[in-house]
Amino acid sequence: MIDIDWAALGSVFGVSLVATVAVVGLFTLGILGLSKQEAATAQGGTAPLARTGAYACFALCVAAVAYGIFLIVA
Amino acid sequence: MEHITLLLAIVIVTALVFDFTNGFHDTANAMATTISTGAMKPKAAVAMSAVLNLVGAFLSVEVAKTISKGLVREEGIQPEVILAALVGAILWNLLTWLIGLPSSSSHALMGGLLGATIASIGVSGVNGGVVVTKVLIPAVAAPLVAGIAAFLAARLTYKLGKNVGEKSGAKGYKAGQIASAGLVSLAHGTNDAQKTMGIITLALVAGGVLAPGSNPPVWVIVSAGMAIALGTYLGGWRIIRTMGKGLTDLQPQQGFAAQTSAAAVILASSNLGFSLSTTHSCSGAVMGSGLGRKGGVVRWSTATRMFVAWGLTLPAAGLVAAAAEFVARQGDWGIAAVAVFLVASCAAIWFISRRQVVDHNNVNETDGPAADAGTPADTEPAGVVTTAIAAVTPPPAGSAAAEEAAEEAAEAVEPDAATAVTSDVKPSIPAQSGAAADSARPAGANV
Repeated sequence: MIDIDWAALGSVFGVSLVATVAVVGLFTLGILGLSKQEAATAQGGTAPLARTGAYACFALCVAAVAYGIFLIVA
Repeated sequence: MEHITLLLAIVIVTALVFDFTNGFHDTANAMATTISTGAMKPKAAVAMSAVLNLVGAFLSVEVAKTISKGLVREEGIQPEVILAALVGAILWNLLTWLIGLPSSSSHALMGGLLGATIASIGVSGVNGGVVVTKVLIPAVAAPLVAGIAAFLAARLTYKLGKNVGEKSGAKGYKAGQIASAGLVSLAHGTNDAQKTMGIITLALVAGGVLAPGSNPPVWVIVSAGMAIALGTYLGGWRIIRTMGKGLTDLQPQQGFAAQTSAAAVILASSNLGFSLSTTHSCSGAVMGSGLGRKGGVVRWSTATRMFVAWGLTLPAAGLVAAAAEFVARQGDWGIAAVAVFLVASCAAIWFISRRQVVDHNNVNETDGPAADAGTPADTEPAGVVTTAIAAVTPPPAGSAAAEEAAEEAAEAVEPDAATAVTSDVKPSIPAQSGAAADSARPAGANV
C-alpha cells in the first residue's frame, strides 16, 4: 500500500514555516533598528539601543544562514 | 575510464547536456526575484548563482549515491535506457524553457527514467507507490508549504517594517535577498549537479566500468559541476521573466520573504526526509509572497499554465523517453537515430527561441497587458513549434532510411506529445512576445 510519511511532511511544513517567519521577522526588526538609528543620527543624536538590537537581530540571521550552509555541507 | 564504449560516451555527454539544461532551467529559482526587484543586475545575479552552483557541486556526494533509488529497479538497467530517459528530460526542459514556464527538472528526469524503464522491461520495473510518494504528493505539497510560509513572512515584514526609513529599507532588503538567493543557489548545486553525477555513475556501473556502489569519480564531479554552472550562467531568461514578473509583481520585501521561504523549505525538506522540488517550492513562494502584500495579485492564468506544465512533466518526458528507448534498443543505428533526433530537436527549439529573444536586457520588461492583446499571435507560435518539430523528426541518418521510417512512426508519439503540450500552454507565447517581438524579429526571424 502507498505509504506516505505524513509526519515528515508535517515537520517539513512546520520547520519551514517557523524558520521563514522567524528569519524574516528578525531581519525586518534589524532593518527597523537601523532605520531608527539613521533617523537619530540625522537629528544629531544617537540611538544605541536600536543599534545594538539591530545588530543582534542581524547576528541571529547570519547564524541561521550559517546553519543553512552547515546543513548543505554536512 | 579506459573501457568507455561509444554508447557510454554518448550517455555521458547527454547527461552533461541534461545537467546544462537543468542549470539553465533552474537559474530562475534562485535569481528571478532578485533580478525582478532590482536587488542585483541580471548578469551579476546569474554569475553569482553559477559560482555557488559550482561550489555546491563539490560539497557532497550523498544525493548522487541515492539517485533514482527505489523509483526504478536498478539491477539490469541498460545504458540506452538511461540515454532514452535523458532525451525525454532534456526535450521537456527545453520545451518548457521555450514557452517560459518553470517546471521541475527532477520530475522531467524521473519521468524519463520511468518511461524508458517501462518501455524496456515493462510496468513491473516501476514502483507505483514510490511514484505517488516521491513525485505526486510533493508536487502538491511543495508550493503550498513554501507559499504559506512566504505569505505569512511577507505579511509580517510589511507589518513590522512599515515605519522603516526608505534608505535603510532598500539597503537591508537588498542584502537579505542576495543572501537568501545565494543559499538557494548553493543548495541547488548540491542537489541537482549531484543528480547528474548519480546518472553518469549509474551509466558507468551499468556499462561495467565502475563497480556497483562506487562513489562518482572526480572527473564526473568536475564535469557535472561545470555543466550546471555554465547552464546557470547563460540563464534561462524566459523562465526568470515568468517567475520574477509573470506570476505576480514583487517588491523587495516580497522578494526577500519568497527567497527566505524557498531556502527554508529546500533545506528543511532535504534534511527531514521529505524531498520537495526546488522549482515547485520557489514558484509557490513567489505566489505566496505575491498575495502577502495588500493589494497584491497573482496572475492565475500564468499560474494555471505552470500547473498544467507540472502535471504534464512526468507523462510527456516519459512518453518521449519510451519512444527513444524503443528506437535505441534496435541496435547501433537506433542509438545514432536517437542522438541525431536529440541534436536536431535541440537545434530546432533554439532556432525558434531566436524569433523572440529574451535575455538579460529585457528580462524585466513586463508582459502583463500584452497577454491579453496577443490574440492574433495565439495560434501562430504553436503551429510553428509543431511543424518545426515535425519537420526535424525524421533524422537524416542515411542508409537505413526505409527501416527507419517505420521506427519514426513510433517516434511520432513525440511530436504528438509536443503538440498537446504546446496547445495547452500556448497563450504564454504571446505573453512573451509583446515586449520583445519588435526588436528581435529582424535578427533571427528566419528559421
